[in-house]
Amino acid sequence: MSKVYVAGVGLTKIDEHWWMSLEYLMTEASLKALDDAGISRVDSIYVGSMLSPILQEQGHLGALLAEELGLSGIPAIGVEAASASGAAAVYTGAREIESGRANAVLVVGVDKMSDGMAEEVTAAMMSGERQEYVGFIGATFYSINALIYSLYMDRYNVGQEKIALFPVLCHEHAVNVPHAQYPFKIKLETVLNSPYISEPLRRFETTAIADGAAALVLVNEETAKKLDTPKTELIIEASTDYLTPFQREDPLWFPAIQLATSKALSRAKLERQDIKILELYDATSIMAIVSLESSGFAERGKAWQLLERGELGLSGALPCNTFGGLKARGHPAGATPVYQIAELHLQLTHRAGKNQVDSAKNGLAQSLGGVASTAFATILREV
Amino acid sequence: MFRIKVPRYWRHKDFRYRLNAWKCNHCGETHFFQPLICRKCRSRDFSRVTLPESGKLLAYTVVRSPPEGFEAQSPYIIGFIELDDGTRILGQLTDCYPEELKQGMKVEATLRKIREDQEDKIIAYCYKFRPAI
Repeated sequence: MSKVYVAGVGLTKIDEHWWMSLEYLMTEASLKALDDAGISRVDSIYVGSMLSPILQEQGHLGALLAEELGLSGIPAIGVEAASASGAAAVYTGAREIESGRANAVLVVGVDKMSDGMAEEVTAAMMSGERQEYVGFIGATFYSINALIYSLYMDRYNVGQEKIALFPVLCHEHAVNVPHAQYPFKIKLETVLNSPYISEPLRRFETTAIADGAAALVLVNEETAKKLDTPKTELIIEASTDYLTPFQREDPLWFPAIQLATSKALSRAKLERQDIKILELYDATSIMAIVSLESSGFAERGKAWQLLERGELGLSGALPCNTFGGLKARGHPAGATPVYQIAELHLQLTHRAGKNQVDSAKNGLAQSLGGVASTAFATILREV
Repeated sequence: MFRIKVPRYWRHKDFRYRLNAWKCNHCGETHFFQPLICRKCRSRDFSRVTLPESGKLLAYTVVRSPPEGFEAQSPYIIGFIELDDGTRILGQLTDCYPEELKQGMKVEATLRKIREDQEDKIIAYCYKFRPAI
């Protein structure tokens, strides 16, 4: 099995890009990644997007992107796994290289949420849940998170002021990030005084409407040796679980994250303490907290202690969401996992600017579809 | 976007109107919609059951940022309920204000309008829960 290397990354700034189309965003990210890798052609393309079939009524993103890039003719396929779609593209591309069928693959994540009204986006985000049951009764992604939040505070006797520290941390890390949607600090009081989206979940514990695209060039070992560009090794694993967390044995435990993370660590021959940068899927504050516990980086009911002790800060023992995470870098749905992996690459190739975490040799990104109904764990390793 | 179409809506009305569901004869897992194989134990042997109409409220939240189609109802309450047979189910709560609710309180099922399709004017009904009278 061939090893997989990231040889180039391309990020668009996350924003509400009123003048840029879905096509424009994914093409821009792709060209940046190809230029970063120093190549102009690839063997295949995989595009991950969650919302474009709903908000833009645009499917067929593979052939569409190949055409935009002037690469029509090569195989190009869209892949979907809700908000983990971008990671599904990375997974598929990585597996193609591992199998020996491709030397270089372009993987892209894209979503453009500002083409929908708030209510349309809220409805579209439910496409990762069971529509005939949970969507039908008017539940939203945030209301599902709110129920988990409420159960969590009740079971572990933890106050909201502990969990709401997570968005504060994310904003602190986004300050110097050129591609971040919200590069400014916020105070804990601001989070705690922001209006409810769905009690107890508050506005500043969630993410906003965002447009963005991110791309990676993945190559095999032979191609990596020929390219004069900083590289990292990529190992990706995945797992699934029921769509509705409330049908699971325990809604406060995400087995898919546990499984994907353990599989990735074991394939990389690493232990949890070897991971020095962690990118969590903080679509809400509580999701980050439960993810930390489910993946074994914190004890059950105690993830907030890592936050309070400052261990997740840039100079802490386990720097987390080092470019601002979903909260502050921004969360353009299916594109987000590719941002996470690209950011790990920037860290491990010492191009993270003021956010550089120096001692890190390995980083882990967790990307989730729905409330951990799909989980990807991607490890990047310094080479 | 999430339109109500007659065949799609009707095929699930037995569950939504009457809480008629399926139980796995091997592991006891409840399936709200007709299963072919059990998600938990992979048995293919099921019995038709009517779920109990009463249970207790495990958690609830108020939707203040509604999806398309629910704008006029917002804010409304979503509850996570454990029915008397142990089945866990999500449903809207009705006939009450959020401040009247408490975790652990008894609730009972009732049939209510869930929403109306904005173009075809089809009215969709579903179980909701209310504080036990």
